[in-house]
Amino acid sequence: MTLLDVRGLTVTYPGGAEAVRGVDLSLEAGRKLGIAGESGCGKSTLALALLRLLPAGTKVGGEVLLDGEDVLTMRWGQVRAVRWAGASIVFQGAMHSLNPVHRLGDQIAEPILLHGGAPPAAAKRRAGELLEQVGLPAARARAYPHELSGGQRQRVMIAMALACDPRLVIADEPTTALDVMIQAQILRLIEQLVSEQELGLIMISHDLAVLADTCDRLAVMYAGRVVEEGPARTVYEDALHPYGRALSSAFPRIGDPASRFAPRGLAGDPPDPTDLPSGCAFHPRCPVALDECAVLDQPLREAGPGRRAACVHVGAAVPPPAGPAQDVRSTT
Amino acid sequence: MTTAAPLLSARDLHVTFPGRHGAAPARAVDGVELDIGAGEIVALVGESGCGKTTLARSLLGLVEPSSGSVRFDGKPLEYSSRALKAYRRRVQLVLQDPSGSLNPRHTVYEAVAEGLRIHGHGGDERAAVAEALSRAGLRPPERFFLRYPHELSGGQRQRVVIAGALVLQPELIVADEPVASLDASVRGEILALLLRLRTELGLSALVVTHDLGLAWNVADRVAVMYLGRIVETGTVEQVLTAPRHPYTQALLSVLPEAPGDPVVLTGEPPDPSRIPSGCRFHARCQILAGGEADRAGVADACRTQDLAILTGTDETQVACHWARTRVTT
Ligand SMILES: Nc1ncnc2c1ncn2[C@@H]1O[C@H](COP(=O)(O)OP(=O)(O)OP(=O)(O)O)[C@@H](O)[C@H]1O
Ligand SMILES: Nc1ncnc2c1ncn2[C@@H]1O[C@H](COP(=O)(O)OP(=O)(O)OP(=O)(O)O)[C@@H](O)[C@H]1O
Ligand code: SF4
Ligand code: SF4
Ligand SMILES: [Mg+2]
Ligand SMILES: [Mg+2]
Repeated sequence: MTLLDVRGLTVTYPGGAEAVRGVDLSLEAGRKLGIAGESGCGKSTLALALLRLLPAGTKVGGEVLLDGEDVLTMRWGQVRAVRWAGASIVFQGAMHSLNPVHRLGDQIAEPILLHGGAPPAAAKRRAGELLEQVGLPAARARAYPHELSGGQRQRVMIAMALACDPRLVIADEPTTALDVMIQAQILRLIEQLVSEQELGLIMISHDLAVLADTCDRLAVMYAGRVVEEGPARTVYEDALHPYGRALSSAFPRIGDPASRFAPRGLAGDPPDPTDLPSGCAFHPRCPVALDECAVLDQPLREAGPGRRAACVHVGAAVPPPAGPAQDVRSTT
Repeated sequence: MTTAAPLLSARDLHVTFPGRHGAAPARAVDGVELDIGAGEIVALVGESGCGKTTLARSLLGLVEPSSGSVRFDGKPLEYSSRALKAYRRRVQLVLQDPSGSLNPRHTVYEAVAEGLRIHGHGGDERAAVAEALSRAGLRPPERFFLRYPHELSGGQRQRVVIAGALVLQPELIVADEPVASLDASVRGEILALLLRLRTELGLSALVVTHDLGLAWNVADRVAVMYLGRIVETGTVEQVLTAPRHPYTQALLSVLPEAPGDPVVLTGEPPDPSRIPSGCRFHARCQILAGGEADRAGVADACRTQDLAILTGTDETQVACHWARTRVTT
């Protein structure tokens, strides 16, 4: 059975921000799904919705099937069980939120004591094991957060996420703001844990290059929707959606003469989720928009083997006017 | 850029911070030479804590070096507050906005005009602010005058910060991680702006970053810093496509795009209050650990002989015993 199956997920915040507008995704155990997109496109909101962690008053629709059971309609007792043993999140920026006055070992052991009902000595032993699993000496359990570097703190956050042997781990920007070498260490660690423990991983990042390198599949979000999804490397190297293309070409390839003295970006500002553009939400910034894009919304559709994209040019007979011609199957 | 005297030049620069609680002093900048020519863009790269910001601040006169000198336009920096004020008109610091360089209670107009007011600008303030904003890509400028930072996107805020630096018509800007927390799509736009300013105004820049892709995008030359020293320097093409220092090789190897096996250095960036003797990289060096330095007959030198400080000029240079055995001259 699929570990996670998300169908038609929508999230509207109390102020009216439509942060997630119909997302379908699925993930098998032992696989890694990357979610990319610019700031504010709804990545963290999506992650929080999966475990019902959104603020009160937020409207959530659709289905989140974890091992076939819908998290969105479960009783709270069951949701707590899911959060305890089913899935866990490494929250964005969480390494800054470790409690400064408690020893790390106690912070890691806390959920084990709370939910697992383990005796204190066993919880303590487990905390030490978890630290070793993420490459820190068990003796670091006695340290306080300020005694660790940023990279070490991020390892502790990963240890905490693993504390209850989850089947699904959601890592929200796990390496943002770490420098390249530390980032490489953390990514390596995550990959190793996923393959050793047959975890399902959702990794959220605005760094498409990192996701392409780490994940099996990649979903690109824009304005609360997945606009492109497919095998990670293919999406990165040969995106079909104009936004996916713009995002991917914004990552310079060192050694590539085409990007030397030619930084590429995307003009215009991200859309306001309380006041989204009509039609295709990307049309005000899209270099290949047609007149109809201002009125017609485009659903995500099949776009070649294992690929989906949401653009009028995808699956159409005529190639986009300005962009390179795409080799896509015409299906609907 | 080779023959003309450099606009900015640092010679044998050291910045040492006193150790706390009796600890050894931190040699954050430990002998650096660096030239920046007129109209040149130089990238300073290296991992967190290697001393990039401290070096940048000492070039700006914000920290007085413990020894060595900084010259601008041929003249040594003077550290009287008057001399520094005049200097900062010509050399501007651009910080990343999320680090709080914009005051949330100041409008865009006030943020940009502030520099003019500090420096007692005599001319038409409104015109100067408008010009700086449009140079920074905020057009039409009047539309932005009365906005507050929270009403702008991240990219727009970074443009306001840049406009604030441009309004004084500096000759050099020092940008410390100018785009680190911006989305890739916005980052490209800001970097393109930097290149355009160089073309239009002849502006020079030192860009401090740990993003090597950024250096590939905008810089003419790159200097790789490790534990207070520059360990490799040269044109971007040479250093980034044919790196010679094991540290530079490791940095490039862990990038997502890199060919071959990544060399993931273990451990944390080392401590400037305990710089190893011999080559300062030797405890983490994959070439020494893998026996290649030994085979080249330099392993002892790696452990015991410090390397000479690289000169600030634009030739390609590397501070590594092993790399030096590999060049045929
Ligand atoms: N608690 C909230 N109440 C109202 N709106 C919110 C709330 N949290 C997020 N939003 C809005 O929802 C949208 C999506 O936010 P979200 O945090 O999911 O984006 P993101 O893709 O994770 O961005 P980033 O890359 O910056 O982390 C944004 O426009 C944001 O302002
Ligand atoms: N005022 C200070 N007093 C004592 N030590 C300092 C001071 N400022 C910096 N240091 C130390 O000097 C070293 C270099 O710091 P610096 O901020 O220059 O590094 P950096 O390369 O800019 O790092 P990052 O990429 O994280 O910004 C660090 O070890 C730091 O702890
Ligand atoms: S549907 Fe139209 S506006 Fe949207 S991405 Fe495709 S071409 Fe651009
Ligand atoms: S000098 Fe020796 S230890 Fe230092 S970088 Fe070169 S090979 Fe490595
Ligand atoms: Mg987020
Ligand atoms: Mg710094």
